[in-house]
Amino acid sequence: MNNQKGFSGKNVSEVTVESIRRGDITLDDVRIHPETLAMQAQVARDNGNPQLAENFLRAAELTSISDEVVMGYYDALRPGRSTPQQLIEIANELELKGAIKNAELFKQAADVYARRGLAAK
Amino acid sequence: MTTKEPIGRFRFMNEQRVNLDGFATPAPELGLVAFNGLNDPKPSITIKENRIVEMDGRSESDFDSIDEFIARHGIDLSVAIEAMAIDDLDFARRLVDPNHSRADIVRLSSGMTPAKLAAVLSKLSAAELVIAMTKMRARRTPSNQAHVTNRSDDPLLLAADAATAAAFGFRELETTVPVAADAPSNAVAVSIGAAVGSPGVLVQCSVEESAELALGMRGLVSYAETVSLYGTEQIFIDGDDTPWSKAFLTSAYASRGIKMRVTSGGGSEALMGGAEKCSMFYLEARCVALARAIGAQGVQNGGIDSAAVAGAVPGGVRSLMAENVMVMLRNLEACTGNDALMSESDVRRTSRTHPIFIGGSDFINSGFGSIQRYDNMFGPSQWNSEDIDDFLAMQRDWGVDGGLRTADEVEVERLRRRATEAVTAVYSWLGLGDFSQEWADQAIDAAGSKDISSGDLMLPLTAARTIMETNVTMLDVIAALAENGFDLEAQRCLDMLKARVAGDYLQTSAIFDEEMNVLSLVTDPNEYSGPGTGYQPTSSRQNEIDTIRQQRSVSDLLAEQQSFDHKNIFVKGSAETSYDPRDVVIGVSPATGKDIWVTLSGLSLADAISEVLAGLEEEGCTGRIVRINDSLDLGMIGLTAARLSGSGVSVGLQAKGTALIHRRDLAPLANLELYSVAPTITRDLYRMMGINAGRHAKGATPEPVRNPYSDEAIEARYHTKVVSLVAIERNCVNSHGPELMELR
Repeated sequence: MNNQKGFSGKNVSEVTVESIRRGDITLDDVRIHPETLAMQAQVARDNGNPQLAENFLRAAELTSISDEVVMGYYDALRPGRSTPQQLIEIANELELKGAIKNAELFKQAADVYARRGLAAK
Repeated sequence: MTTKEPIGRFRFMNEQRVNLDGFATPAPELGLVAFNGLNDPKPSITIKENRIVEMDGRSESDFDSIDEFIARHGIDLSVAIEAMAIDDLDFARRLVDPNHSRADIVRLSSGMTPAKLAAVLSKLSAAELVIAMTKMRARRTPSNQAHVTNRSDDPLLLAADAATAAAFGFRELETTVPVAADAPSNAVAVSIGAAVGSPGVLVQCSVEESAELALGMRGLVSYAETVSLYGTEQIFIDGDDTPWSKAFLTSAYASRGIKMRVTSGGGSEALMGGAEKCSMFYLEARCVALARAIGAQGVQNGGIDSAAVAGAVPGGVRSLMAENVMVMLRNLEACTGNDALMSESDVRRTSRTHPIFIGGSDFINSGFGSIQRYDNMFGPSQWNSEDIDDFLAMQRDWGVDGGLRTADEVEVERLRRRATEAVTAVYSWLGLGDFSQEWADQAIDAAGSKDISSGDLMLPLTAARTIMETNVTMLDVIAALAENGFDLEAQRCLDMLKARVAGDYLQTSAIFDEEMNVLSLVTDPNEYSGPGTGYQPTSSRQNEIDTIRQQRSVSDLLAEQQSFDHKNIFVKGSAETSYDPRDVVIGVSPATGKDIWVTLSGLSLADAISEVLAGLEEEGCTGRIVRINDSLDLGMIGLTAARLSGSGVSVGLQAKGTALIHRRDLAPLANLELYSVAPTITRDLYRMMGINAGRHAKGATPEPVRNPYSDEAIEARYHTKVVSLVAIERNCVNSHGPELMELR
């Protein structure tokens, strides 16, 4: 655990009560790194849960997106919030950010929401 | 028409608490049925070109959003054909057969549709569900979760109660709020309290989905659970989510390294009027399949808020447990309900929990109310603070690890004090609010929020607002703890943050032990394969289970007897046979005047003897106290005494208080009167015994004194003491002849 790097790249061993007290630490230093999530995805796959692995891979893509934007995306997926077109636009945005798996999720949602009446009117 | 009053037997039965519960006639059209709903489909699957085009009787063009998500993400196509072809009963039998490994069952289950798993699990009896749970749960070591809340969101009480819950062994603490805006304050207070209580305790604050995520992102909580799934599309939408939004939310949590599980539970759709004529169990099968499909590591189910709905129909309680086992078949963490109170009856609620308790799950309760019922802001739980000792005794009775342990009173008081001090320091340091010492003292002592009169009800709201506005994160809390000398707690909070970087606790069924090791499907897999395998408590854990604070040893009881102040029974000399017809011997047992001074009723032995003497005197007889040293058998004591007695009549008295009247011509085990229930013998009864013995001595036939009747569990209360007192008596037996005793 002590050789791991946080999202910021800082080694987690540098995160101590003392360094927090000095104000040297930000939440990004104690946030998971996408490579770690990819590694955990492999562990999940090896333990018989490819869906959990997929989740970790989607999560890895979201690590570099800010809290506010992530929460905005979540809201956009809630029922009646977005038109299929808006969902496709977010998918494109996600693709540009390299979030291919999440983009796929949004594209699928655009399709299903239209068919099942879950999109914004 | 006048209605006739029921007869007494039924009036009496009607008054019992179980009859406060609602029992529903099954109504399949409303979904008020546990299994076999009107619209439950037959299991089926059709795969074309590596794509599911039909599932459980529905073609893909008719898939609702739940079907769609499960079909596209949740079914392992490489085993689906093999798995769906297995006969339901054949597969059900594998769940209880040690020759079929958990791994293989999990592999095949991942190719099964919701209707298939529902069909399989509906074949298991209650006893078989217990075996299946023992075998199929993901984590080897069982654990438990507590609710920690109160009516006023009192941060001091929350922290003290969180520390207390951790001391009792709970590894996850769930809080929530009566006032939504208080949530950030509750999260901080419970996280601090948990850190005071133990390293590695996970904390969540159950609020609206995005608010909960926001708390997690700031590090103020370490897991999330209130991510609800429903089995019909309409109810899902009513819950303001879709399978896609939930899948995204699941990834959002993982992206911040935060553990998360979803919540579902049979009966919720029927409760909300949207069951679409399906059974509770089939709809839950859809939820569990969806949980796996969206990539959640675990599920809290087993009715949850709608447990009482399932409990109202035939087989409903069995279906709740079957839901839990279904989660395990999907290879997910099972947080097995026993959460919202589903019955007014202590018998029914114990019956509902017990099979899961002995089977063992990742979390037996998905919220044991560790606080007072009235303080539980989720509503009263199936198990509450008044039940903690019961739960500990049940663990000990069955040798079962239900995740709890006995907490020492002195230690709990210390932890509660420290928790209030830590919260006071952090809130003050961060400018969240100031607490009075009186408030803190009340919180330390309080059994619940009603015991606190000095609280400021506005403080939590102000604190919460400040946390949000000044963007307080767990880093600030850690710094504040450290600045104020709470280094241990600062380190423990930091360890929880660091755990997010490693991500090991994102894996299925992860908890931390007290050394911060992750116990999960990966690190602590359940490999049960019949007797002698699977989880066995370590010897130190077994010792925790076995050692409850109420237990007493022979030496404890001996010390208790030794501490008696008035040791006023003495040996006067040896006892001779008397020829005085008024002489009645009170034969006392070997420990009398040595190691035992107080009877089981709490009366001193000297007082009991005095009453017998006084009764004899009333009848004009003379009592002599003689210790019979060579036997602890009451019959032999009585008979030996009778043979020394001038009248031929004696009173035999064991030091624990049991007494009889004997006569020298009777067989040893016979007697004239017997007072067998020592704990219920009062002063008056000992006097009556003296009077009756006197009357027997004079040749009369008095009316025997009756043993007082009690419907209390006298034997449960006293039998362990009896065993110890008898052992003490046995140690005092010797070959000395009878000795004359006196009271001073």
